[in-house]
Amino acid sequence: MLTRFRRCLISAMMMVLSPAIYAAWELNMPQGVTEVSQSVYDLHMLILWICVGIGVIVFGVMFYSIIRHRKSRGVKAAQFHESLSLELLWTAIPTVILIAMAVPATTTLINMYDPSDADIDIKITGYQWKWQYEYMGENVSFFSNLTTSDRQIHNQDEKGSNYLLEVDNRLVIPTGKKIRFLLTSNDVIHAWWVPALAVKKDAIPGYINESWTQIESPGIYRGQCTELCGVDHGFMPIVVEVVSPQDYQVWLDAQRSAAQAQSAAAQQDWSYDQLMARGEQVYASQCSACHGANGEGLGSVFPALKDSPVATTGSVERHIDIILNGVSGTAMQAFMAQLSSVDVAAVTTYERNAWGNNTGDVITPQQIVDAKQ
Amino acid sequence: MTTVTAHHDDHVHHGPAKGLMRWVLTTNHKDIGTMYLWFSFAMLLTGGCMALIIRTELFQPGLQLIEPEFFNQMTTMHGLIMVFGAIMPAFVGLANWMVPLMVGAPDMALPRMNNWSFWILPFAFGMMLLTLFSEAGAPNFGWTFYAPLSTTYAPSSVTFFILAVHMLGLSSIMGAINIVVTILNLRAPGMTLMKMPLFVWTWLITAYLLIAVMPVLAGVVTMMLMDIHFGTSFFNAAGGGDPVLFQHIFWFFGHPEVYIMILPAFGIVSQIIPVFARKPLFGYTSMVYATTSIAFLSFIVWAHHMFTVGMPLAAELFFMYATMLIAIPTGVKVFNWVATMFRGSMTFETPMLFSIAFVFLFTIGGFSGLMLSIVPADFQYHDTYFVVAHFHYVLVPGALFGILAGVYFWLPKWTGYYYNESLGKWHFWTSFIGVNITFFPMHFVGLAGMPRRVPDYALQFADFNAIASAGAYIFGFAQLIFLVLVIKAICGGKKASSSVWEGAEGLEWSIPSPAPYHTFSEPPVVK
Repeated sequence: MLTRFRRCLISAMMMVLSPAIYAAWELNMPQGVTEVSQSVYDLHMLILWICVGIGVIVFGVMFYSIIRHRKSRGVKAAQFHESLSLELLWTAIPTVILIAMAVPATTTLINMYDPSDADIDIKITGYQWKWQYEYMGENVSFFSNLTTSDRQIHNQDEKGSNYLLEVDNRLVIPTGKKIRFLLTSNDVIHAWWVPALAVKKDAIPGYINESWTQIESPGIYRGQCTELCGVDHGFMPIVVEVVSPQDYQVWLDAQRSAAQAQSAAAQQDWSYDQLMARGEQVYASQCSACHGANGEGLGSVFPALKDSPVATTGSVERHIDIILNGVSGTAMQAFMAQLSSVDVAAVTTYERNAWGNNTGDVITPQQIVDAKQ
Repeated sequence: MTTVTAHHDDHVHHGPAKGLMRWVLTTNHKDIGTMYLWFSFAMLLTGGCMALIIRTELFQPGLQLIEPEFFNQMTTMHGLIMVFGAIMPAFVGLANWMVPLMVGAPDMALPRMNNWSFWILPFAFGMMLLTLFSEAGAPNFGWTFYAPLSTTYAPSSVTFFILAVHMLGLSSIMGAINIVVTILNLRAPGMTLMKMPLFVWTWLITAYLLIAVMPVLAGVVTMMLMDIHFGTSFFNAAGGGDPVLFQHIFWFFGHPEVYIMILPAFGIVSQIIPVFARKPLFGYTSMVYATTSIAFLSFIVWAHHMFTVGMPLAAELFFMYATMLIAIPTGVKVFNWVATMFRGSMTFETPMLFSIAFVFLFTIGGFSGLMLSIVPADFQYHDTYFVVAHFHYVLVPGALFGILAGVYFWLPKWTGYYYNESLGKWHFWTSFIGVNITFFPMHFVGLAGMPRRVPDYALQFADFNAIASAGAYIFGFAQLIFLVLVIKAICGGKKASSSVWEGAEGLEWSIPSPAPYHTFSEPPVVK
């Protein structure tokens, strides 16, 4: 209670002391970096100006009446009403305007709905609360997690310029290639949105949705999940890094050799201290959102790990099984595909020894490799 | 407009019973209307406090006040309470009070059912609010409760939520049936359908919408209940079900629902503007036809809430065109209100101020609605603060201002005293300024890329969020002025005449102010 109060006090002071340090008065939709995003922007501006035009006329007449036709000026009310021709006129004119809007909207939509002839297919899977990217046919696959620290979120550290919009592994794609996204979800419905690309599509369990983009200019483009997906919905950003086709090829090769190095790491011997250090990192990025930074859990849905039988007196095999395969019917997901054997060994070791759990158990990566079979 | 030829006699056979049991057992439409209105005001303040908790957390980037889990509970409960607890019961309360008076009926057609449809509500909301204190916490999946977040991944309190929704639906259906039966059977001799006041017309159509879609809502929550407790897989992809099916069923209810929350406000504003412009409503007939068209279209546009779920191109196009069509009858209504004001002799008492603000700000909400109907642009707007701005513009300065306008308009008829006009103007201007400071900047952050339903946001959205939060406090506390004003008007003030407003016409203005406990025991005759 006291810490919360102090936290409020500190943030209140920061508000007063640093007014408008974030100043960025962004008013409008970004034009984006693709042909599609540009035509969406044009469409948006077209409708906006039509609405402004209609508004000026309608509100103009209304405010003219309010100013001129008031009783205090001694005006006598006219008694006219009902006019079929006027009613028909103000039905017909909007109809024409709507048709004028529908034509470009339809053309743009048909183009957006055509993901054929793609050069690269990337499967995007939503998880609570991270994204998985799989480069189809390239044997490259990884997860992308938020890297903004909990201390920044809780106002204990100064916020970085990409606060909440930074990840550990970016989605890297080449310029000048038509990229097709295949979207699905592992748990609840998410939505993948990068405003600069004008791509927003729901990622739905049991469905594979399609979308596409083609970007000409290298750069880094940021977005977020836009479908409420649970407690950390606001904390699963998207970062797309667009590079030249040559750099893309280099990056792909590097990803593959990193994957090899990872499986080699499972063969090595890991000391208790190494496992604990790595486990702490894995826990912070993968587990703490639900089970709490100190294993204290969250409400009745997310159980505590501190002093929990699973992480103390229970068998190591059961503990590993829960992490690898999840618990069906609960929010505990399967981490088999998401974490390497070393990471699972490290986080299991960490959970069995941190926060006073002190079992002294050391789990080797080899145990995890065996458990996976 | 209707004219009264036979005035009923005013002697009262018996007054209301004494004490608390008057309110528990009452079958009087005026008592029940009063209870509905007080209940919805209590819910408005409850949901408003939740909105202020949300806006306080969003005042600055970072988590200061509450954690994300509680934030999600707040957004969910705020939405549910405002939609089902504040706006809908307020309209039913106004209908209870005014429909019998406007059609010359002695009471609602089914008075005992009327009592029951009200008394279900406090229990339904009591149960829903109590989940806040349960170990699992309140529902946290948004008021749209999309599966599977609301089924497989829901907190255990979801079952209480489902039962509460069933009770609300029951209450709404009974209320709607009562209104339909009253309007169709208890009109005074001579009051043909096309002579009915527009508030009665819009409520008749609204009541049909309610009867059509509340069972659909009951169906979808029952399917959720089956999925959660009885092993079915309606919405569970792993069991062969379909999460998108949930959205289709929900929005088949949900879209008519948004018209349920606005059509009666159209009716109220159509009653008020002619009185204060001292000029007949420009196009009564076209207003009736426009309302009917909107109600019809509301059934064939539901999937415009789901443009990003990956529907086939043909479906996207159909729902885009159908949605754009709604702009036409809505435009007709706005043009008619403006044409009614044109060359009138206007005065600006509080009901008129709220009505003008309604026309002005609801139209802005209509414009953003038209923008949202354009599918390619919707891909950028969908589930951002632009949508939040849109639906708050149609629901707060739309539906809520319509209700407030109606309350100011009819309050002297209910209490027998005029309210304090300068307090009313204070309430109006603080509300008007507050509502725009709160919701207009949300258009900007939404376009710039801020998703909705997030407890924290990137730094570029900070300034407009701070402004919106400041506006929310202005708007929130402005409603306390209203509370004071209403209490003062009940206690006393300048005596109101039976017609209350210069230029007011209709049966409800033919009876004394305050309206006697029993009215129209003998039907008036309408020429």
